[in-house]
This record gives sequence, C-alpha cells and structure tokens, in this order.
Amino acid sequence: MKRILIPVLSIVIIGMTAVALRLHAQETQPRVVTISAKRFEFTPNQITLKRGEPVTLRVSAEDRDHGFYQKDLKIELDLTPDHPSDVTITPDKAGRFVAICDHFCGSGHGNMKMVINVE
Amino acid sequence: MAQSFDRRKFLKVSGMSLGVGALISVAPAMGGSGPAATVRRWFHRQNGEEVTPFSLVQLSDAHVGFSGPPNPTGTKAFERAIEIVNGLNPQPELILFTGDLTHEAEAPGEHAKRMQLFQTLTSRLKAKKVLYVPGEHDAALDNGVLYRQFFGETHYAFDHRGVHFIALDNVSSGKPAVGAEQIEWLKRDIARYPHTAPIIVFTHRPLFDLRPDWEWFTRDGDDVLNVLAPYENVTILYGHIHRHDVHETEHAKHYASRSLIFAFPDPTATGDKKPVAFDKDKPFKNLGLQTIAERGGALGIDDVELTLREFGGTDGVQQISRAGVSL
Repeated sequence: MKRILIPVLSIVIIGMTAVALRLHAQETQPRVVTISAKRFEFTPNQITLKRGEPVTLRVSAEDRDHGFYQKDLKIELDLTPDHPSDVTITPDKAGRFVAICDHFCGSGHGNMKMVINVE
Repeated sequence: MAQSFDRRKFLKVSGMSLGVGALISVAPAMGGSGPAATVRRWFHRQNGEEVTPFSLVQLSDAHVGFSGPPNPTGTKAFERAIEIVNGLNPQPELILFTGDLTHEAEAPGEHAKRMQLFQTLTSRLKAKKVLYVPGEHDAALDNGVLYRQFFGETHYAFDHRGVHFIALDNVSSGKPAVGAEQIEWLKRDIARYPHTAPIIVFTHRPLFDLRPDWEWFTRDGDDVLNVLAPYENVTILYGHIHRHDVHETEHAKHYASRSLIFAFPDPTATGDKKPVAFDKDKPFKNLGLQTIAERGGALGIDDVELTLREFGGTDGVQQISRAGVSL
C-alpha cells in the first residue's frame, strides 16, 4: 500500500504545483488584445486600455506587409502576413492616440489608422 | 515669404514663394579669407570646380497621374511650374525634385506610363541638370524597382560649385526609414569633407518628427541628423507634406516645398489630414516651388506660390481646362 501511496501523492503534489504555477503565470501575464490589419483598415478600429495596466497588442497582417506605429505609446511594429507581431506596453498617460500603418500599402494607405484610447 | 539665415557665413539661405516649388540661391564659402576661403580651396582641390554663386530650384510632389476632387486639373500646376522655372533669369543650374514625381498605379503598365509622362513634361525644362529622389508614391510598392529603371539610384551624392549635395531615400523600403545600410553609406560619404563644408541634403519625408500621426516623420531620422551633426552648414530640402515649412533642429535647417497637385492643411490647426479643398477660382492656390540662389553673399531660399498667368478671377479653372489652352 505504501509503495503505491507515495508515487500517487507525488504525482498529485507535482500536478497541483504545476496548476498553481500556471494560474500564477496567467495572473501576471499582460492582457492580450488582438488586432488585424489589411488594406486599408485595422480591425477593431478603436480599443480602450487602462493607464498603468500592461497589455500585449498582437497584430496580424492579413494580406500584405503593413506597419503599426504610435510614437507616444512607443509602438513600432513591422507586420508580415506569415505571423502576428506582439508589442507589450504599459500606457502611462491617459488620452486618445492615433496609430497608423506606416508601410505604404496603396492608394488608401493615408487613411489606414485606428484609435487607442487610454483611460 | 523670404527666409534668411546665416550659418557661420559659409552657406546662406533665403527663399521666396512661387507657389510651384522653391528657388534656392547658393553662395558657398565666398569669403575672401579665413575658414570660408579654406573650404573654397578644399573643394577646388577635390574636384577642380570653381566655387561661384549659383541658383537651383526645388520642385516636389507633382503626383503625375493623380485624379480626384482635390485637384481635377491633372498636371496643369506642374506644367505651370515648369513655365515659371523656364522664365527665371538667370536659369537655375540644378533642379532638385524631392519625390512623389508620380502617383502610384497598380494596373499593369500604368505606373510606367505615368513615369514616362513625368519625363516628357520635365524634358521641357531649360535647365538640364535635374536630380531626383523618390517619394513613397513612386517607389514604396515595388521597393523602387520601376523608379530605378526611369531615374536611376535612389540615393547618391555629388559636388556642385563648392556645395556637397546628398540625395537620401527614406521611402523605398516601404516604411518611413533611411535604413542602416544607407546611413553607413552616408557616414562614409561625408567623412571626406571638412566640418565647415556647405551641405545640402534633399529627401522626401521630413527627417524630424513634424507630425508622426500624419506620417510626417522618418523612423531613423534622428540617426541621420546625428551623422550630420558635426557639420556646421547643413540645409535639408524635403517634400511630402504638401506645404511650405521651415524648421530648425540643433544642427540643420529644414525647408519643405509646396506640392504641385494639392495642399495639406496646417498640422497645428487641425487633427484631420485632409487635402485642402480645390478652389476653382484659384486652381493653383497653395501650390508652388522653392528657389534657392545667392543673394548678397548668402544662400536664399524662396517659397514661391504658383499663380495663373493671364488666367484668374472666377473662371480660372474653366480657362485652364479648356481644350487647346496651354499654360
């Protein structure tokens, strides 16, 4: 009986530890906001973040290369269609920030932008 | 409006508004003695050129092929600019075209036709030394492949009468950037020159943060300006913003030329980057060029707003659009 109990208990303890570590990691991971980019729009075209809260912006290019740029929030991504690009930021001031595509992508490129509100 | 400044007496700049671009007068290192004379002798040793005053014109943003409500007259403003430049006396020795020569087109062969039309129009210029840099509408969609076929390399440098000219490409990678490779080239290029040498950089986008959320910036513009920082006489000519602008950073003065197709509004006055509405009574309003020329021993840059010649009043656009009317 003892020979069985010890391995079982060990497995249970290891399992519980792993679950606890995973929960802890999830609690400390920034929230992920996904954004898609295609000519000549971002979807969604507006998001709201909280000042002081870390957040990861995961941006995917759907059709061709694009850029994702917002100077004040220190966002500078080069997007390619093969994989999403991440940037993690912690906004330190409230306001309305316009992010743009800064890789020229065609005749509607000048209007390819979205709004990041920070409350 | 004339702009004038004096940087260490070697390269002076002033300007006037023609409405189609800019006329720039250059009086490099004309002083008879002292550091200016040293620079003059240095240039003469390098390339045998006599350092003498000359003038040049900056044209920008013709967007040949563009068609839309902000300007339904097509190339008329560009053609008027060519006419104004051809009427200058003395003739400018150089024409610098700071990008967006053409408007992009994705239909097969169409963009090449627009570049061909641009070259046909510029062939009317009496001044035959015409230098170009690309704008994003020329070169960003194909990384400059078609542009190079028509206009050659996108970055280069040369000397003219005691002034070192540097053409920088901050568009053809697709993003607003010069790039590490070109910056290394720039370092090597200017390392040969004394820090007092007059330098004119011409490029498409502003190299400083003018309005980043309007894409009026270059990502690595600070890196370029840092390379240029040791040089005391740096003037930077650019386009892209479709309006005249003068800006001074720590080590350089930056001049934007007007567009030849439509204007953008004052970025300090509005949040929306929308073209200024077309005025059918004043079809060339807000469009222009820069002239650069020697003026009393100084480099003078003039912002020039285009004007109609014999046309005007309430029916200007109807007149210039009438069949057979030549500007």
